[in-house]
Amino acid sequence: MFLKGGMSCQVSKMGKLGCRHNERGTYSMGIVNHKKTNLHGMTVHTIETKKYKTTSFILQVKEPINEKNVTKRALLAYVLQSGTKDFPSSKELRSALDDLYGATLNADLSKKGENQVISIRMEVANEKFLSNSEPVLDKAFHLLSQVLLAPALEGDVFKEGIVKKEKRSLKQQIESIYDDKMRYANKRLLEEMYDTEPYRLNVYGNGDEVDSISPKELFDYYQEVIRNDKIDLYVIGDISTDEMVDKVSKHFRFSKDRKEDETIAVNAADEKRISEVKEIFEEQDVQQGKLHMGYRTYTTYADEEYFALQVFNGIFGGFSHSKLFMNVREKESLAYYAASRFESHKGAVFVMSGIETANYEKAVKIIKEQHEEMKNGKITDSEFEQTKAMINNQVLETIDHPIGLSEVLYHNVVAGTNRSIEDWMEGIKKVTKDDVVAVAKKVTLDTIFFLKGAGTNGNENV
Amino acid sequence: MGMKTFDQLDETLHYEELANGLKVYVLEKKGFNKTYATFTTHYGSVDNHFKPLGKDENVKVPDGIAHFLEHKLFEKEHGDVFQDFSKQGASANAFTTFNRTAYLFSTTGDVKKNLTTLIDFVQEPYFTEKTVEKEKGIIGQEIRMYDDNPDWRVYFGLIENMYHHHPVKIDIAGTEKSIAKITKDDLYECYETFYHPSNMILFIVGPVDAKDILSFVKDNQSQKTFKEKENIERFFDEEPQSVAKTKKVIEMTVQTPKCYMGYKEAAPNRQGKELMKHELSVNLLLEMMFGKSSPNYETLYEEGLIDQTFSFDYTEENGFGFSMLGGDTGSPDEFVERISGMVEDFKQQSIDEGSFDRARKKKIGAFLRSLNSPEFIANQFTRYAFNEMDLFDVIPVFESLTVRDVESVLQDHFKKEAMTVCQVQKKKS
Repeated sequence: MFLKGGMSCQVSKMGKLGCRHNERGTYSMGIVNHKKTNLHGMTVHTIETKKYKTTSFILQVKEPINEKNVTKRALLAYVLQSGTKDFPSSKELRSALDDLYGATLNADLSKKGENQVISIRMEVANEKFLSNSEPVLDKAFHLLSQVLLAPALEGDVFKEGIVKKEKRSLKQQIESIYDDKMRYANKRLLEEMYDTEPYRLNVYGNGDEVDSISPKELFDYYQEVIRNDKIDLYVIGDISTDEMVDKVSKHFRFSKDRKEDETIAVNAADEKRISEVKEIFEEQDVQQGKLHMGYRTYTTYADEEYFALQVFNGIFGGFSHSKLFMNVREKESLAYYAASRFESHKGAVFVMSGIETANYEKAVKIIKEQHEEMKNGKITDSEFEQTKAMINNQVLETIDHPIGLSEVLYHNVVAGTNRSIEDWMEGIKKVTKDDVVAVAKKVTLDTIFFLKGAGTNGNENV
Repeated sequence: MGMKTFDQLDETLHYEELANGLKVYVLEKKGFNKTYATFTTHYGSVDNHFKPLGKDENVKVPDGIAHFLEHKLFEKEHGDVFQDFSKQGASANAFTTFNRTAYLFSTTGDVKKNLTTLIDFVQEPYFTEKTVEKEKGIIGQEIRMYDDNPDWRVYFGLIENMYHHHPVKIDIAGTEKSIAKITKDDLYECYETFYHPSNMILFIVGPVDAKDILSFVKDNQSQKTFKEKENIERFFDEEPQSVAKTKKVIEMTVQTPKCYMGYKEAAPNRQGKELMKHELSVNLLLEMMFGKSSPNYETLYEEGLIDQTFSFDYTEENGFGFSMLGGDTGSPDEFVERISGMVEDFKQQSIDEGSFDRARKKKIGAFLRSLNSPEFIANQFTRYAFNEMDLFDVIPVFESLTVRDVESVLQDHFKKEAMTVCQVQKKKS
């Protein structure tokens, strides 16, 4: 239903807002055959499976998000995917990928708790499905290692031409958030809610800092990243772990002084206490008001109560049987979407809904009432059981997809935990209604951001 | 019961056409947790002028009705079918396109139970005045959400530019005004006409036993009675080859302008292998001209006329077809001038075998990647089948294409006079 990147045209019954960020689970030796090997300060995760027609590589490069580096790091992700030593321009690199039966390569950024993670993903066709069975795997390894470890240089620093182009692209990327009003409202909510915490920072950095970054400065930062960041590589497909480990040792060579940073898990108990709800209004020329609400939960992935928080979110607004959907949309016809999602590592719940500007008070009142009901234990057996069944379903579905699977496994790296999928499913199973009520009582509304509409957006001229 | 194996892809498809005309397909996917099923009617937003089943007079129905019907089919006397699915550990959804309406679920639990729910809810409509009125507020907000989305506006604006009469130019969800007119009787009339089993496809993909699932569906259908199947008569006004409008600018509260341009296909009446060959050819040409490894892409990116949002696509269905290129750009007019110039230049040169092969390899790789996704398989297989094509022919058809094939398509499709432009520009305050 969202037009992102590709061009397609369909309108659906239910906006999948709650599910855009899959925030689920972890790994196992049973359902998923996951092996970990430590090589040169990088952790190699191999998952052997015959499910896919491709082999996927996912590199995750993590550091705590901070004001000083946030924009540089975003630019670095774009620069790395634009050329390597052997293929020193975007065009040459893309041609090499096309020759590998349209291997895909993309670098992208995400915020996981208070970390800024660069993900470099590559997917290549499994040679067994190609008519002329070309050996693509070894070439793919080489290319991927080059993207991370042998970038395109000029003198001793990044090529200026590449840096210049990618700066422009990054600035456009940052500006485009403003153009998508849901993303904009979400960004504004985070800025207001976490005004003194690193989590307020946008993962793409600040637009006005981009221009001043020099190729030299960026390259110095890159060297720090390669030396210090926590790096995890996932390889998923019809592979053998031994062969993959050999290939990794052959292609990925880090310098000797590389040290791995230790995961510093956020202590959820230290999160700020709320004395008063912040209410922020902004007006723009939009047809529909965008209502975003942020809650602190004092619970993160690493906590035992995390499973109860999952169930809380599911009953509150994660699904189409949830209280928000049933009351804001089905009962009152106030909205097309009314959903909640949560961020596992920061321990936050976010509610979002698109409403008529005049209905602001009414919508906020209904949303608050749903939370109150949960605090008072007004949860029906069917809400409770349906939610658990749906969460279970969602985890199993997520791990059907190679990227979903790697994201699920990576939660353990970010949180410093070691949960298997079975542990995870067992954890959900054991949650009681009392556990959910206890979490509901901890969950506290922090900030409401409302983008009000003036109502003439999108007039057409010929 | 039939069975087709695709050795190169390591896939086996089981299928059967039932006595009532319903076509059922099952693809076994071993190793997956999830089963995904779609129940799709060959009916979408363009089917707004037709002869209702069993009547003599043609009718024209309000814009957005196929999508409205899709929403309302979920509501039953006992409540919302969404709830039935989630009680059974499945998530359900539905979507409407120009010429299809699909109902779907995915589950890692009980497939048969959910399959019964899917088939039965689609085959047992329950519309009342009260529930129809209630939905108008919800869909009204859905329409507004799209109104605020500049990507949607520029995409749809371009299609509107292309067509004089064809209903593909009508927004799939309609407008707040058009949906206000919809009544429960309108919904029943559309339902009776377009939801006959002979106009529908059921596709199931997942870790299932195909034979068992087929007989289960057969059993469900044999317990119901349907009217005799009739040919559906749809009416479309004659559409000129020219575009209706060559340029449109929409002002919105954005920081970066957006520009889409496209070419209207002059003869969008192919079906079957011919359509597949044509569609793949145009997509291959677009890849050669503007793919990430092309000289043009490099130039445009260096000049700052395109960024990561740039994309292109060609689509054709019975009655309409168009290519599109676009994305965010700082200089929308220059974007149009450069791209149309590059297309003209490309037409003057002969096609280079090397870039042809590379583009084809890339496309084949992308197709294999898509086959990891049960959603892609079910949705695309159905779309292809409604156009008399077979999804699993894509690789062999790609492999059979020659430089000569795409050369003629290049000259026929990318005609200057078939071009149109839509831009979203920053609103002047």
